Amino acid sequence: MPDSAPRSATRRGPAVVIWVIAGIALALLVLPLLAILLSAPWPRIPALLVAPETLQALGLSVLTAVISTVLCLVLGIPLAVVLARSVAWPVIPRRLLRAAVTVPLVLPPVVGGLALLLLLGRNGVLGRWLAAVGITLPFTTGAVVIAQTFVAMPFLVFAVEGALRGADRRVELAAASLGASPWKVFRTITIPLVAPGVAAGAVLCFARALGEFGATITFAGSYPGVTRTLPIASYLASQNDLSQSIALALVLLVVSVGVLLGLRDRWLPGVRG
Amino acid sequence: MMPSSRVAAAVALVWAGLVLAGCSTPPAGPSTTTTPDPLSGTVTVLAAASLTEVYGDLAARFEKLHPKVTITENFGGSSALAAQIVQGAPADLFATANEATMKTVTDAGLADGTPVVYATNVLTLVVPPSNPAGVTTVGDLAKPGVKVALCDKTVPCGSAAIGLLAAEKLAVTPVTLETDVKAVLTKVELDEVDAGLVYVTDAHSAGDKVRQIAVPDAANVINRYPVVVLSGSTNKAAARAFEQFILSATGKAALKNAGFGAP
Repeated sequence: MPDSAPRSATRRGPAVVIWVIAGIALALLVLPLLAILLSAPWPRIPALLVAPETLQALGLSVLTAVISTVLCLVLGIPLAVVLARSVAWPVIPRRLLRAAVTVPLVLPPVVGGLALLLLLGRNGVLGRWLAAVGITLPFTTGAVVIAQTFVAMPFLVFAVEGALRGADRRVELAAASLGASPWKVFRTITIPLVAPGVAAGAVLCFARALGEFGATITFAGSYPGVTRTLPIASYLASQNDLSQSIALALVLLVVSVGVLLGLRDRWLPGVRG
Repeated sequence: MMPSSRVAAAVALVWAGLVLAGCSTPPAGPSTTTTPDPLSGTVTVLAAASLTEVYGDLAARFEKLHPKVTITENFGGSSALAAQIVQGAPADLFATANEATMKTVTDAGLADGTPVVYATNVLTLVVPPSNPAGVTTVGDLAKPGVKVALCDKTVPCGSAAIGLLAAEKLAVTPVTLETDVKAVLTKVELDEVDAGLVYVTDAHSAGDKVRQIAVPDAANVINRYPVVVLSGSTNKAAARAFEQFILSATGKAALKNAGFGAP
């Protein structure tokens, strides 16, 4: 009975081998985090958590990640709309646009940071003009925000684009036919339609910005209270005080897992309610 | 169970491929030289960022003398490398930019023998060739508006910078504290900072990409460079031979050329 196999497979759930491989994948994702919890110097943790350096790095990280997420939303939603509409474009510009949005995902963050320095540094392609009017970005908190926005933007754009392509365009067309301007359609129809995608994108975006390391240290440097975010503080601490490093990593974990768990299920990335 | 047996077959195929690939290195043919070189295999060297040029050069020369040996080098902040070794990173030879960092590895019982100090290094002040802030002495680093890059205190060049600035009785507020000396040098080369404190050897290797300004007290803040074979080494014979090569007259000449001092 050659055609009974798929039916019984769906009834019984995935084959054993799928479960086993999924288990290995999950172990790969979860066990390293478990190792942090197991090797954490728990008696010292409370003191390390309220240490001034920890609170300073935490405050800076949350502040910059929130600003970056807002920037990603403001800039990324329109970009997602353009990307979703680009399916009607000729092949070359369509692929170029998609590649441009994907680049920060595949570029090593340190290279991204160097690229930002070459563009916006005080001798950079654009940076020299900014410097001429008295604005220098590297080594400022603003540089941290730019680096985080650069690496986190694709997460938002792709989440929103996915939601847009799944949305029913007829509602927008109906609104337009009733006389709504394109901007009004965007604000009152499109945005509410893709709200779950926007929320999912924003969460991923925030988590990525919070964990940003390579582009930040290259473009913004590392100075306590100005540019030294939690990941950088954790890396520096790992060089001579592993307990301090683990404490900082725990703070990062708690904040990002907290944000993910705090959101309603259907807003989580990958869950379509 | 068609799908799972097909997956199993695919896994087996990939596995067989890996095994074959592992075996595909041709066995060494009969030696044509009269005295076969007893050294072979890979030597993994973890070395301070400031050793990048000179160790790279010495490794290439060593590999020419011993064609069956491959030297793999990983340069970085001494402290980060020491932390990797303490956490069990496989390596054969370890070279730091100061003795304090080496001590974290010897204290953990991971060194095979006592580290040998074979070179010294001192800091110097470097500025971009255009010298945008008009820095002429180390005292200018304390001026407001002068953008200074230093190493973080957790790495040897950072503790040396703190020592040097204390000796000069200067209170400097840097714009960034970098994780290794090469990162400081890069920021000066890119003209993103007005000045930085790096090792004389880094200023030497950067050539005319930076301008060097002498610091009077620099000679009093000396970093001593130790090297040691690690107890976890799986190729101690070759690791020890490369260590001896660094300590040899050839090694000493290369180090002197790069701007290192003798201990």
